Amino acid sequence: MELHLLLLFMIVGALIAVEAKDLLSSVVAVGAVGFALCLAFLILKAPDLAITQLVVEILCLIILIRATLRKDLPLVIKGRWFFNTLGTLAFIAVFLFFAHTALQELPGFGHPIMAVVKRYLQQGTAQTGAVNLVAAVILDFRAYDTLGEATVLFASVIGIMAVLRRPGRIK
Amino acid sequence: MMNDPKIGMSLIVKTVTRLTVGLILLFGIYIVLHGHLSPGGGFAGGVIIALSFVHLMLAFGKDVALKKLSKNLASNLESIAALMFLSIALFGFFGGAFFSNIINKGVPFQLFSAGTIPLSNLAISLKVGVGLFAIFLALVILEESKRK
Repeated sequence: MELHLLLLFMIVGALIAVEAKDLLSSVVAVGAVGFALCLAFLILKAPDLAITQLVVEILCLIILIRATLRKDLPLVIKGRWFFNTLGTLAFIAVFLFFAHTALQELPGFGHPIMAVVKRYLQQGTAQTGAVNLVAAVILDFRAYDTLGEATVLFASVIGIMAVLRRPGRIK
Repeated sequence: MMNDPKIGMSLIVKTVTRLTVGLILLFGIYIVLHGHLSPGGGFAGGVIIALSFVHLMLAFGKDVALKKLSKNLASNLESIAALMFLSIALFGFFGGAFFSNIINKGVPFQLFSAGTIPLSNLAISLKVGVGLFAIFLALVILEESKRK
C-alpha cells in the first residue's frame, strides 16, 4: 500500500519535472522523485540501497542546482508537436506491450527464485566472516562486478577531468 | 581567509558548517569502517566523505576546500586507491584465485573480521570520495573560468 502511494508520488513528480517551466523547479521535482525512491527501497527492506540512493541523490542535486541556478534555459516547443506526441505515444504503447509479454515469464514480485541466493544466505557469514551479507556478496562472492564498477567510475572521472579542463593558451 | 565575508555564504552558514563538517566526515568514516557489520559500505561512506568536502566548498568558497585537498592530491589519491583495490584482488592469488579471501576471517560481529572485505571497503571509499570531489571541483573550476 505504501509502496503504491510512493510509486504514484514518483510518477507525479516525474511529470512535474518534465512539464515545469524553469529548470530549478524541474531539479527540485527530480530530487523529490529520488527521495521517494529512497523511501521505497527502505520499505522493500534494502537499507544499503536506501543509504546509497540518499547520499548519491544529495550529491546529484547539489551538482544540478550548482550547474543550473544561474542560467535559466526556457523551454521552446513549437513546430511538429502533434507528430512528436503521436510518435512518443506509439513508442510507449509498443514498449509496454513487449514489457508485458516479457514480464509474464519472470517470477512474481516478492517471490524470487532462490536458487543461488539461498546458498549465499546460508553460508555467507561462515565463508566470509562478514555479518552484512550485502558486503559479503559485493566484495567477496561477486567482487568482479565491484572491480568493474570501480573501473567505470575511474574512467568517468578521467573523462570528466579531460573534457572540463581549463582551456589552453591560444597562440 | 575563512572569515572573509566576501567569499562564500553568510556568517550563519559558515558557523554551522564549522561545527558540523567534522561530524559529517566522521560519520562517513564510521559507515566505511562498519561496512561489513551494518548497512552502508564503501560506496555510501565514500559519497558521504565527498559530501563533507563539497559542504566545505559551498560554504567557504573554493580556496578553503582546495587547501584541505588540492586537485593534484585528489588525482593521486584516486589512482592510489584504484591500485589498492586491484592489489587486494591480486593478493588473493596467494590463496589460489583472483579476489580469494585469504586473510583470517576472525569472529563475526567484531570490527576486525571478515578478511579482505574491510580493506576493500577502505579502498573503494577513498576512490569514490576523492573521485566525486574531483568531479565537483572540475565543474566549479569550469564555471569560474567561463564567468571570467
